[in-house]
Amino acid sequence: MRVDLRLIAEMVSPGSRVLDIGCSDGALIDELTRTRGCDARGIEIDMAEVTRTVARGLPVMHGDADADLQHYPDRAFDFVVLSRTLQAVEKPREVLRQMLRIGERAIVSFPNFGHWQVRWQLLWSGRMPMTSVWARPWHETPNIHPCTIRDFFVLCAEEGYSVERWLAIDEAGRKSPWRRFSSLANLFGEQALFQLRRA
Amino acid sequence: MDQGEPQEIQHQSARFAEGLLLDCGEHLPELVVAYRTYGALNAARSNAILVCHALTGDQYVGETHPVTGKSAWWDQVVGPGRPVDTDQYFVICSNVLGGCMGSTGPSDKRADGRPWGMDFPPITIRDMVRAQKRLVDHLGIARLFAVVGGSMGGMQVLEWASTYPEHVFAAVPIATAAYHSAQNIAFNEVGRQAVFADPDFAGGQYYANGRVPAAGLGVARMVAHITYLSEEALNRKFGRKLQGDAILKQGNLALFGDIFQVESYLQHQGSTFVRRFDANSYLTITRAMDYFDLAAEHEGDLSRAFAGTHIRFCVISFSSDWLFPTAESRAVARALNRAAANVSFVEVETDKGHDAFLLDEPDLHRILAGFLAGCARHAGLSA
Repeated sequence: MRVDLRLIAEMVSPGSRVLDIGCSDGALIDELTRTRGCDARGIEIDMAEVTRTVARGLPVMHGDADADLQHYPDRAFDFVVLSRTLQAVEKPREVLRQMLRIGERAIVSFPNFGHWQVRWQLLWSGRMPMTSVWARPWHETPNIHPCTIRDFFVLCAEEGYSVERWLAIDEAGRKSPWRRFSSLANLFGEQALFQLRRA
Repeated sequence: MDQGEPQEIQHQSARFAEGLLLDCGEHLPELVVAYRTYGALNAARSNAILVCHALTGDQYVGETHPVTGKSAWWDQVVGPGRPVDTDQYFVICSNVLGGCMGSTGPSDKRADGRPWGMDFPPITIRDMVRAQKRLVDHLGIARLFAVVGGSMGGMQVLEWASTYPEHVFAAVPIATAAYHSAQNIAFNEVGRQAVFADPDFAGGQYYANGRVPAAGLGVARMVAHITYLSEEALNRKFGRKLQGDAILKQGNLALFGDIFQVESYLQHQGSTFVRRFDANSYLTITRAMDYFDLAAEHEGDLSRAFAGTHIRFCVISFSSDWLFPTAESRAVARALNRAAANVSFVEVETDKGHDAFLLDEPDLHRILAGFLAGCARHAGLSA
C-alpha cells in the first residue's frame, strides 16, 4: 500500500464509517475494512478501476467528487478521504464543503505547489514547472487547481474548518520534518496531508 | 400453430390455499408458485439466493428448459463454479405471478372451469414479490443471502429491498430502473396492440379455439427484441447482409419475402417465442412493468424506499443499453446514497445492449462473483 495511504489509515479511528473519494484500486478501503473494522466505501471515476475493485468484493461506486457528494445525507460518515485529488476537481472549495457536510472529519492530501523546486523552475525558466510530483506538461495535466500548503491553510480559515492535524510528506508519502513551521513545510514539503473538522 | 403445449408439463410448485391479496384490491382465491432450486441449503438456512427472472424468462434458470429444450437461460451465471455458485449457494428461482410456466396466471382455470384470460386481475411487481415471499417462507428461509435479477428481475430486486429489507442481506439489480419510462411503456403498448389486433386473440379466450394469437404475439416479440439489442450489435451481427440468394440490383428488387438477414432473425425470434409463451401472460406482465414506479410508492422520493436499509447493493448497468440506460441505474445508486446505503455501482462496457445481462460478459460475471464473495465474508458465509 502507498505510504501516504498508510498514514491516512492510521488517522482513521477503528470502527468508523469512511468514504474514500477517488479510491482507485480500493487499497485504503480494503485496509480499513480488514484491519480496523471500518465500514469503508469508495467512489472512483475510472470505470475499469471500479470494475476491478467491485470484483474484489469492495463497495465502490462509479462517480466523481464534483457530482456525487451532494447525494449523500449530512453526517453519513465519520471520515471522508480525498487523497491526491483535490487539485484535479472542478470546484475544490465546494468539494471540501460537501466532504465536511457528509462527514464529521475530512482527510485531504494534495501535492504542494509551493515546493521550492516548483518556485525555482517558474522563476528561473519562466515556464510551467515540471517535477516528479507535477510530472505532466501544462496542457496535459488533470491538475487544474494546484495550491500551496499556505493557500490551503488560508482556505481552511476562510471556511472556518479547524485543522486537527497536518503534516508535510515527501513524494513517497513519508513524513517530512517541517511540522512546526508551516512556511518551511510550504517550501520543502512535496505533499501535504490534512485532517479537518467542521468548526 | 404448434404451441408446444406448456400446460402439459408438471412444474414443481408450492400451493397457497389462502390465495393472495393484490395491489389492485382483488383477492386471488388460490396462489400457485412454480419454482426450481439448485444447490443445497446450509444448516443455518443462510445461503439462499433468489434469482428473479425477466419479462419472458422463467424458473428454469439453471437447467435445460423442459419446453424448449434450450440450455438454461442464465447458464453462464448460475451453476457449479459460476458467479452464482450452486456449490456454495442454494439458488431459488420462481415463475412470476401472472406467468405461464406453472405459477398462477391468466391461462389458469377459475372456479367455473374457464381460463382467466383477460379477466385475470392486473398485477404489480410488488404482487410478484409478495408471491415470492410466500415461497421463501414456505421453504423455511428467514433471510435471503441475496436477491439477483436483470431487467424486470431487477425491478423485483428493488421491490424486495424496499418491501422486505429485513429479509435480504444483499441485492443485485442489473440493467433495470426504479420506474418504467414513457418510452418503455410505449414499446410495451405496441406489443399489446399487436396481440389485440390478431383475430386469433378472440378477446383473450383463445384457449378453447385450439389457436393462439401467434401473429400478434410474434410481432410483439419482434418489436421488444429490437429494444433488447443495440444499433452497434445489430450492425455487427447483420449489417445489410442479405438472406440466402437474395440479390439487390436494379430490375431485381422484391417488395416482400426474406431479403435482409435481420428480418428473418427477428421473425425467427417471434415464431419461437409464441410456442412457449402465453399471450395473456405477456399482456399481464408487461402491464405490471408499466405500473412499476418505486418512488411513487414512497411519496415520490426513491431514497425513502430504502430508508435505514442494511442491505448491501450492487447496481449494474450496460453502456449500450437504451431500454434501461445507465442514467436510470445511476439514479437508483444515488437514491441509495441519499439513504446512506452500502452501494457498489458499475457500468459494464459492452455493445450488446440490454440483452448483455444474459450473454457472455466476463466483466459482469467477475463483478457478480466478487460482490457475492465480499458479501459472503460480511455475512460470515465463507467456507
